[in-house]
Amino acid sequence: MKRIVKKHPLAIRWFHWVNFPVLAMMVWSGLLIYWANDIYKVGWGDRTVLHFFPDSFYKAFNISGRLAEGMALHFVFMWLFFINGFLYVLYTIISGEWRYLWPDRRSFKEAIEVLLHDLHLPKTLPPQSKYNAAQRIAYSAIIVMGFGSVATGLSIYKPVQFGWLCTLCGGYEVARIIHFILTLGYSVFFVIHIVQVVLAGWANFRSMVTGFDVEQIPLPPAELPVIKEVDPQNS
Amino acid sequence: MEEHKHNDEVVSDRQIRRRTILSFIGFFVFIGVGFLAFRWLYHTPDAAGVHAPLRKGYEVNEKIFGSTFNKNKLVKTYPLSAAVKNVRVNGDVGMGNDFDVSTWRMHLVRKPGDTLLISLADIKALPKTEVIFDFKCIEGWSQVTHWGGVRFSDFLAKNGITDLAAFKYVGLQTPDKQYYVGIDMSSMMQPQTLLCYEMNGKPLPYDQGAPLRLIIPVKYGIKHLKRIGYLFFSNQKPPDYWAERGYDYYSGH
Repeated sequence: MKRIVKKHPLAIRWFHWVNFPVLAMMVWSGLLIYWANDIYKVGWGDRTVLHFFPDSFYKAFNISGRLAEGMALHFVFMWLFFINGFLYVLYTIISGEWRYLWPDRRSFKEAIEVLLHDLHLPKTLPPQSKYNAAQRIAYSAIIVMGFGSVATGLSIYKPVQFGWLCTLCGGYEVARIIHFILTLGYSVFFVIHIVQVVLAGWANFRSMVTGFDVEQIPLPPAELPVIKEVDPQNS
Repeated sequence: MEEHKHNDEVVSDRQIRRRTILSFIGFFVFIGVGFLAFRWLYHTPDAAGVHAPLRKGYEVNEKIFGSTFNKNKLVKTYPLSAAVKNVRVNGDVGMGNDFDVSTWRMHLVRKPGDTLLISLADIKALPKTEVIFDFKCIEGWSQVTHWGGVRFSDFLAKNGITDLAAFKYVGLQTPDKQYYVGIDMSSMMQPQTLLCYEMNGKPLPYDQGAPLRLIIPVKYGIKHLKRIGYLFFSNQKPPDYWAERGYDYYSGH
């Protein structure tokens, strides 16, 4: 006997899957814009360890000379990115889903345990609800980053009309740097997220599409091994 | 969350498979629609250098942010010491060498067939205003630079042509008409918008648009036309060099 356990509400799945191509478009068009003044690098003094971005990167993705196209895309998709993100935050607050997502005081300690476990270091996984502590921190951080991108984005888009915001973000040039670093952050998040989804397996991925998890019903208890806890009621 | 408990359903493998397949059909339709939408966007006709819906996007943004534009709001200014000495020169369209600064006059077209010729002396006779601000290029770089000239609003007032401020747009062109911009009137009337003839306290250098250029701190650099040849007024958007090449017509801050 099996039972279906509802995991991700339809709204959250929509927000998630809409955000994916929209954020990808924001990163892509952002790259087309950044190319026109690609001054950021990792290094010190005259030494450059890594230039954002090497010519080979621009060539491989055909990024050069498309500033106008990049801006045109960026300033349309920014609305989709903003509205979708705003509705997501609103939904998590109103529905109470935020309780599964926002880290609590145990999360930071538990996140380290999750990390050690994921790195195959001897550590048992702490009990978890829908999201483990590391996920809570990551998924909340990405929302904070989203706010950061909107704030720094507005600061460089309308530095006069949003002069107060621009000042708050450290000025025009600092806001641009933060905006850029946040984009690198999304890219890192994306890579880790994909790796984790692959490692977590089919059932986890399926739940982000179908919304449900399948659970064995442990009856009679004596004959069956203990099933991994995924019941959200333990939160 | 107790509600989850009540939503749990006992189901067969067949039912699970059926619900999974249905969900994934919806998922693939979603991906397909997204893909088609993207293909559609990139097959829409060109509207001055960008796909038509993206041009529409520029225009909607112009309506939204243009409507909240406050022409009395000042751009942040800097102390003199912050101004750079080596001011970047970016772009030379309309700056051909067959040009004689000494015979230059600005053609002020009050209406078609009614043109005033303005000399640099006429401009300099008006009260001078200086501005030190962060000049922002649409490419993404910026420089704190120091400019001097006559407020556009003063220029209109002193020439007794404030009624021309009722037009929606101002158009500017280089003497050879190779470079041209169109700017909304409220941005032109912002008190830091200058008909500029000085940079760093000295006469405007040749490659910075001598003898007279536009400095308009509420816009990206592409609107700061160098070497003003013609100035006119219109209720339709005057042609704009970079807006014809895929950029935002408004390009304002």
